[in-house]
Amino acid sequence: MSLPNAAHTTVTELAAGLATKRFSALELTDGLLAKIAAAQPVLNAFVSVDPDGARAAAKAADAARAKGEGGSLTGIPIAHKDLFMTEGLRTTCSSKMLEHFVAPYDAHVVTALKQAGTVLLGKTAMDEFAMGSSTETSFFGVVRNPWQPDFVPGGSSGGAAVAVAAGLVPAATGSDTGGSIRQPSSFCGVTGIKPTYGICSRHGMIAFASSLDQAGPIARSAEDCALLLTAMAGHDARDATSLPHPKEDYRRELVKPAAAKPLAGVRVGLPEIFFGDGVDALVVAAVEAALAELRALGAVTVPVALPNIGYSVPIYYVLAPAEASSNLSRLDGVRYGHRAARYTDLLDMYKKSRAEGFGDEVKRRVLVGTYVLSHGYYDAYYLKAQKVRRLIADDYQAAFALCDVILGPTVPTTAPRLGTQSQDPIKMYLNDIFTIGANMAGLPAMSVPCGFAPNGLPIGLQLQGPYFSEARLLNIAHRFQQVTDWHRRAPKEVGHA
Amino acid sequence: MALSQNEIQRIAHLARIELDDAMLPHLQRQLGSIFGMIDTLSKVDTDGVTPMAHAQPLALPLRDDEVTEPDRRDHYQQGAPAVQDGLYLVPKVIE
Repeated sequence: MSLPNAAHTTVTELAAGLATKRFSALELTDGLLAKIAAAQPVLNAFVSVDPDGARAAAKAADAARAKGEGGSLTGIPIAHKDLFMTEGLRTTCSSKMLEHFVAPYDAHVVTALKQAGTVLLGKTAMDEFAMGSSTETSFFGVVRNPWQPDFVPGGSSGGAAVAVAAGLVPAATGSDTGGSIRQPSSFCGVTGIKPTYGICSRHGMIAFASSLDQAGPIARSAEDCALLLTAMAGHDARDATSLPHPKEDYRRELVKPAAAKPLAGVRVGLPEIFFGDGVDALVVAAVEAALAELRALGAVTVPVALPNIGYSVPIYYVLAPAEASSNLSRLDGVRYGHRAARYTDLLDMYKKSRAEGFGDEVKRRVLVGTYVLSHGYYDAYYLKAQKVRRLIADDYQAAFALCDVILGPTVPTTAPRLGTQSQDPIKMYLNDIFTIGANMAGLPAMSVPCGFAPNGLPIGLQLQGPYFSEARLLNIAHRFQQVTDWHRRAPKEVGHA
Repeated sequence: MALSQNEIQRIAHLARIELDDAMLPHLQRQLGSIFGMIDTLSKVDTDGVTPMAHAQPLALPLRDDEVTEPDRRDHYQQGAPAVQDGLYLVPKVIE
């Protein structure tokens, strides 16, 4: 047996190895568990690892394959962001509040990927309750960028992006409320997609901002994301916002043979603001080089305008905290989660449990959300932000009359150094300026590796499309990845197995 | 817009989060800058714009009024800080 290095191997290739019995799911799982253990002291990508559960699932996958059963994901090791509930396995949201919380049932996405035959290795670290862009707010310690361990991996799905980039798993789930799949994917040099709002059920995905949260996969390639998303998506009556959209095979465009000009006729919209002031010249150069590749593949570019996109950050910091303050009110020390050891009465128990259980960033956002929803301020803040949200969604509709996809950098910069942003929340918040719009409008969007800065940190480009255009976005990314190898690069291995 | 320290304590009370007075000056600065950013929204003309609460214009789905969930109370209460006879225990509220 020769085990492939998951840092260089795609899900598709691993599945082929399993199918041809070059290695077993158990061997693959054991190899990755050892890699996770070796990398953990440096990268800290995982909150929990489940070797026993993983080995049992791997054996079951091997048995299924031996009987000629199973599909393209049978025996593929994955990791879930630690906000997806996993029955019998700790689900913490990287918070002290849920440090010992064992979920009583599986999230819909967890069930779906289990049924597809994947092997769950563990739960990845995140910003506490998904509130952050650096994975520095995890109660379980900062997570490090595998390309440069003194730099942040991005967030909030930082652990997931790191686990994929470092080859600890070939694919992982994430969630994206303002960019939390795309921004860490960009910072870590991996591929991640946030689908149309409502494509993946939120049942069992611990809520941050319900009208914006959406699950999606992070993997090495667009093809792998398509495989994962096909398994994750689907209507679920347990989530009232799950769309009654028919099941799709998101690989359907990708499997077509490559023509000389596979993107002929695709109109790529370029909003000026995505290439304007405040965007690193290095990032612009990498994205423009990628545009040249896309043109060579047949795409044409057109200018489009998103005049209100600059307001996406301020409305995000009204709407997301408002929804979060409501969602997190359930964490009161009564039914689950942390309860303070000492208190005088019920009110004091609530206040102390929440003061002890939540970190600073979560408290700050709950306070902002409580304020904007409080009596006398609702119209000025919450309603106003909802109106500007409509303007941004309308801007996208106008842009998509002129183009098929919008392209720009995922983030204006490469990953910042650890600890440089926690003292200045506004600076960190502004990093999300290019990603939030898709959440506001509910559009699908993805990040695709497109280069490196001289300091070795990855750069990502973002594709945003109309509702239900996932298959097209994934195909554009796939055709780009067929002629480039940015997504094939892997950081130096850390730790030793 | 600047929030006073009293206002911050009032919000913290509404949010049921105990705040140490020592944290207030720092929090006041941070919230001040967040609301400074948020206040740029006042420049946007939103007259006649319908608020957008959700990404998709979905009507709340209805289902048949029938029991679909089995009784899993004991299972769900395993993670509770304090339970007895199927009830969650909290400090006495009514004397």
